[in-house]
Amino acid sequence: MNPDLTRSTADELARSLAAKDVSSVEITQASLDRIAAVDGDLHAFLHVDADGALAVAAEIDARRSKGEQLSYLAGVPIAVKDVLATKGLPTTCGSKILEGWIPPYDATVTARLKAAGLPILGKTNMDEFAMGSSTEHSAYGPTRNPWDRTRVPGGSGGGSAAAVAAFEAPLAIGTDTGGSIRQPGALTGTVGVKPTYGGVSRYGLVAMASSLDQAGPVTRTVLDAALLHELIGGHDPMDSTSIPEPVPGVVAAARRADVKGLRIGVVKELGGEGFQPGVRARFDEAVELLTSAGAEVVEVSIPSLQYALGAYYLVMPSEASSNLAKFDAMRYGVRVPPAGVDDPSAEQVMASSREAGFGDEVKRRIILGTYALSSGYYDAYYGSAQKVRTILARDFAAAFAGVDVLVSPTSPTTAYPLGDKLDDPLAMYLGDVATIPANLIGIPGLSLPVGLATEDDLPVGLQFLAPQKADDRLYNAAAALERLLEEKWGGSLIAQAPELEVVR
Amino acid sequence: MSSETLVPFDEALTRYDPVMGLEIHIELNTATKMFCGCPTGFGAEPNTQVCPICLALPGALPVVNAKAIESAIRMGLALNCEIATWCRFARKNYFYPDMPKNFQTSQYDEPIAFDGFVEVEVEGETYRIEIERAHMEEDTGKALHVGGSTGRIHGADFSLVDYNRAGIPLIEIVTRTIEVTPEKAPAVARAYVSHVRDLIGGLGVSDVRMDQGSLRADVNLSLKPKGSEVLGTRSETKNVNSFRSVERAVRYEISRHAGILDAGGKVVQETRHFQEDSGTTLSGREKSDADDYRYFPEPDLAPVSPSREWVEELRATLPEPPAVRRSRLQADWKFSDLDMRDTIGAGALDLIVATVEAGTTPQTAKKWWLGEMARRANETGHDLDALGITPSQVAEIQALIDAGRINDKLARSVFDGVIAGEGSPEEVVVGRQLEVVSDDGALGEAVDRAIAGDPDAAQKIRDGNLGVAGALIGAVMKEMRGQADAGRVRELILEKLSS
Repeated sequence: MNPDLTRSTADELARSLAAKDVSSVEITQASLDRIAAVDGDLHAFLHVDADGALAVAAEIDARRSKGEQLSYLAGVPIAVKDVLATKGLPTTCGSKILEGWIPPYDATVTARLKAAGLPILGKTNMDEFAMGSSTEHSAYGPTRNPWDRTRVPGGSGGGSAAAVAAFEAPLAIGTDTGGSIRQPGALTGTVGVKPTYGGVSRYGLVAMASSLDQAGPVTRTVLDAALLHELIGGHDPMDSTSIPEPVPGVVAAARRADVKGLRIGVVKELGGEGFQPGVRARFDEAVELLTSAGAEVVEVSIPSLQYALGAYYLVMPSEASSNLAKFDAMRYGVRVPPAGVDDPSAEQVMASSREAGFGDEVKRRIILGTYALSSGYYDAYYGSAQKVRTILARDFAAAFAGVDVLVSPTSPTTAYPLGDKLDDPLAMYLGDVATIPANLIGIPGLSLPVGLATEDDLPVGLQFLAPQKADDRLYNAAAALERLLEEKWGGSLIAQAPELEVVR
Repeated sequence: MSSETLVPFDEALTRYDPVMGLEIHIELNTATKMFCGCPTGFGAEPNTQVCPICLALPGALPVVNAKAIESAIRMGLALNCEIATWCRFARKNYFYPDMPKNFQTSQYDEPIAFDGFVEVEVEGETYRIEIERAHMEEDTGKALHVGGSTGRIHGADFSLVDYNRAGIPLIEIVTRTIEVTPEKAPAVARAYVSHVRDLIGGLGVSDVRMDQGSLRADVNLSLKPKGSEVLGTRSETKNVNSFRSVERAVRYEISRHAGILDAGGKVVQETRHFQEDSGTTLSGREKSDADDYRYFPEPDLAPVSPSREWVEELRATLPEPPAVRRSRLQADWKFSDLDMRDTIGAGALDLIVATVEAGTTPQTAKKWWLGEMARRANETGHDLDALGITPSQVAEIQALIDAGRINDKLARSVFDGVIAGEGSPEEVVVGRQLEVVSDDGALGEAVDRAIAGDPDAAQKIRDGNLGVAGALIGAVMKEMRGQADAGRVRELILEKLSS
């Protein structure tokens, strides 16, 4: 195992590869060794594809030695959340109902990673069908937080965030429906980006809520996120909601890293009651740093934010109830015959398969969504929630008229102990209060680690928000803050993470 | 079988007025499916025209087929509809094994075309049928229940599902309630479906084949007591698959509803299936108000907003409307109003057009289709275009007559042969040895025998009473089994008796 290789950023690895100082096989093997050493305890991965990853790495090395022109990140390994279809590799969405299912096709994101020559290390753990904020709702058992293995890594993309935080992978793909990239980013001290809705293709992303889902990067630095964002983003004719324009220049923005004259709005409603004091303190310090670097900081109020969580928990389950209807044991996935029925009907087989295949949180949301869409309730619930989205978009547009980006803490708290909120779904839902608005109105958001909370020494995340299609603003501001923080700390935050025991 | 008491149609109409609504599903003939690039050809091996999208594999997303939108707009324009400036797809959620997503992508409250009308003619009267909407949706797959005697799921050993049809684009055309002269209701229903078939067929956007299911009609019917304004409970007879059946289904349902209402019963709101052989309908699934499809806008598809320029472009390229076309054809063909009405009533317009194009005169084409063919259609219960003989074959038979190789009477045998699948008209003539005998040697001998056999008639002809010649011609024809050239026989008789 080569610790330097696993601790390098993707950008450093890409430069070493280009200089032929190191091979992709060496890097990939280092990641695989690290996974073998620590993942038994961490459980960031549901499936590791060592052979496949090494084969790609060897192919890239061979092509590089022949002098072929390769993409910048070619040869840098990556982990992919198990909600994206990977041809030839299991894709379970953290659910029993898809146990053993191997898609015959690739998601567009996966296809772009493959085309660019990134070895795919494996599929990362997640809350079942991305429903949850702690990765405890995975049917295959929870992922642990590398900073404190008694705590959750956040969710639903806890596997991707933990894999990056624990140096198992330099890069990972997450998906964010209500904060599932940004909130685990905050809880594990990693950078997580939810691009503008439609900025990254959803083709092959197994849908939870179609109008909210968005794939994006999980990395250890802002520049790495930008490199990955440019690679996976851009128009896809297979996704009719995909933006028909090129990705904004996020890499250039991350390299620019200049906040002088940037107008930053602190969202008043996201930071008061319910926010842990240590989280609040680190957030305030970070805002101070931005001010000292020449940013103009003002407080901004978005009154309709109080309705966002309610609207989200109507729209999301409504769409999920319909999207998950396809899991009926007719064509793929597990089929569980009903017990004690000799000659079951199709409906009975569907019901028993869904009963056995779906976990509690998934059932809870299907029932909620089915109810919210049913006739007589549609206007009161789904219809009203859609109106809230319109009002929220209007209020954010008004706020962005005065500032370039908005900031808030990413999560109200640091990572909480495993099991702490498992029996209290509402408490868990509250953890997404700051991240959800971006999904409801389709704007981009980025979570950057800004230090450890004094009360528990756990990472705190700061969230940047920008208007639709202005993803580059996030990278510019976040990279600037990242630089200021590293100067202050004398290195990256993630370097302060405790060493993980090697479990053999 | 049903034990229902039926009230004769005419009697039912003395007490009740029928109210109809018709829904027509039309499969578009786009090369690819509504939301993916899979081919749409009919009759392929099961599950060979499928992909992750139309199978709804996890993660796959639909993308709208622009050609289907174009077809829908052209259809809407032909139905005199408004075309939406902005519309969306919606999800209609329900579980069914042949529906891959367990929701159907359809249009709910935002159809692409709405507020149209068509005018149909029945026995010289024009009826205006209001179109409420024409919306786009996708077809489902097909379940095949194996084992058991009925082909239905009950009693089957197992079921197979073919998803080739899943995702084929459909347009559903929905009328407003139709209230016409009560006794005309069945004929109007038939004429409407037939009219829409012609209209859509003319656009070329669908094969409109009822026998292949590319055009399927649902008949909604209720009765209201004479003088009442309150609509009765309706029944919905699904997938009626011929024009004639549409007419029969309306008649039957009027009789059935009247029977229930006369007995003081309540009509059940349900779907029913039309039985071709008996002309009756059977109860299908009871349709309660509890059906809740939980419609909501399809979040995976961008809204559709056809530009006005495009709509006008499509309007400008619409083919001649059927009514205009009919007037033009009537003038070209010099048909009387009655001829034209009979032609349309028999569903023979396109057949005559095609026959004329294949080389006959309009009068000749009409003679065959409205005479011989209509008689055969009546006897067998088929539509004219389902008899098994094509316009070009009819024209070919007429050409054989014109060439003197067969006569009108022999032509009927040729029709029999062609319909029986014995080959082309030429092949049937050869195969059945139907060729007219015009060899003077053979005919002359037969004429001599006829004259010898009926001296009285021969004498009368010699005396100048030529009207009697028919008797001798008949005798010759009988001997020659009809295969004689009647004109030549007549000439020979007169030749022989004038000397």
